Amino acid sequence: MTAQSGEPLIVLDGVDKWFGSLHVLRDVHLTVDRGEVVVVIGPSGSGKSTLCRVINRLEPIDSGTIRFDGRTLPAEGRPLARLRSEVGMVFQSFNLFAHKTVLQNVTLGPVKVRRERSAAARERALALLDRVGIADQADKYPAQLSGGQQQRAAIARALAMRPKAMLFDEPTSALDPEMVGEVLDVMTGLARDGMTMVVVTHEMGFARHAANRVIFMADGQLVEQAEPAQFFANPRSERARDFLSKVLTH
Amino acid sequence: MHVFSDPANRAVYLSSFLLILKLTGAAGVIALVFGVVLAAMRVSPVPVLRGFGTAWVNVFRNTPLTLIIFFCYFGLFVNLGVTYSDDDIDLNNFWLGVTGLAAYTAAFVCETVRSGINTVPAGQADAARALGMTFGQTLRLVVLPQATRSVVAPFGSILIALAKNATIVGTIGVLESASVMRQLINDNGDAVIPIFLVFAGTFVALLVPTGYLFGWLAKRLAVRR
Repeated sequence: MTAQSGEPLIVLDGVDKWFGSLHVLRDVHLTVDRGEVVVVIGPSGSGKSTLCRVINRLEPIDSGTIRFDGRTLPAEGRPLARLRSEVGMVFQSFNLFAHKTVLQNVTLGPVKVRRERSAAARERALALLDRVGIADQADKYPAQLSGGQQQRAAIARALAMRPKAMLFDEPTSALDPEMVGEVLDVMTGLARDGMTMVVVTHEMGFARHAANRVIFMADGQLVEQAEPAQFFANPRSERARDFLSKVLTH
Repeated sequence: MHVFSDPANRAVYLSSFLLILKLTGAAGVIALVFGVVLAAMRVSPVPVLRGFGTAWVNVFRNTPLTLIIFFCYFGLFVNLGVTYSDDDIDLNNFWLGVTGLAAYTAAFVCETVRSGINTVPAGQADAARALGMTFGQTLRLVVLPQATRSVVAPFGSILIALAKNATIVGTIGVLESASVMRQLINDNGDAVIPIFLVFAGTFVALLVPTGYLFGWLAKRLAVRR
């Protein structure tokens, strides 16, 4: 399992991030290649979610640079908005627009941000909802759906923008156990289709079978990076060994 | 009830309440639109806009409405020459009154909308920004529709207060209900209590259903989470 092409898509260089006096990202260097699936794991509070959120600058950084597709991330305004539209994001708590139907959630971005014709956007939205297996829920409101269905709708919403990369911030952590599988299936399909993905998760099974690379984070630092087979069999760092012994023994 | 059996008295009674409704309607629409704009300013990242919104709320929310209405007449009209109608003084005074009522009420609408914005989970704005929406789009398409729908019931209270506040426009010569009531009481000293009860009762009859209507709307429009 190696990336299809070695061309870097996301490049973080010396990124530091503070929340007040808390140093949540410490001198982070990370390159994600086109088509690569990177899974970020680590104990809570290690900065995984923050790492995910700085990539499209939902969180500003204090120092360092982030480049996406060859361009440095703009700090503010329309250029930043345009760049964000090329990076799909899926949240732990789904964050579907509560006042819109599932279909409207998926068409809103293409119509309002990309100025696509609503008929075309609708057609593609229905195809995407079909792809994630909830075409029959298109006219319902988010609150009427199960967590797994909401998360799949959120993935369809992100895909509707035809993103160059997808960021997943603990996409299954808020789900009932029986719904985790349906969301991971959609993500595995995406990975197989060559989507560039950064996935923050506690799903070690997904990391094992879908990731090209596993990154272990602790205390705001990238402690260890390796191919999944190697990482899970022979973690090099003490922190990773300790973490794995706690999550894999159950 | 000899007072209201006189057709002339009935006519001024009716036209006085019609004026209340017109003042409330016109000022209400303007205050709603402008209040939402003020709220958008107060949460915007532009310091000048934020400062303007804050200043507006602090000035108009904390000034007695009577003073604001007086200012509209003596300040805007008499001193600064702001005129809405040259040949119809009643129409001119009506719109001066609407100006004062709207400026005052917009401050309350703004603060209500702002508290509505706080009911919208931060994740909603995160998702909108992640899709590539600008600040304006995020506010207009995602945050404000949810925020305003969560404050429909308080909007009802603001509208009810506005209808009663409209009586203050009587102080600049608009023949609304309170000034007509005073006139009728002056002319009919033997029927003070009945006249008062009719005018008060009319307000109650108009505003109690308004309260229930907004309660019903609030339930209907609530965003399910």
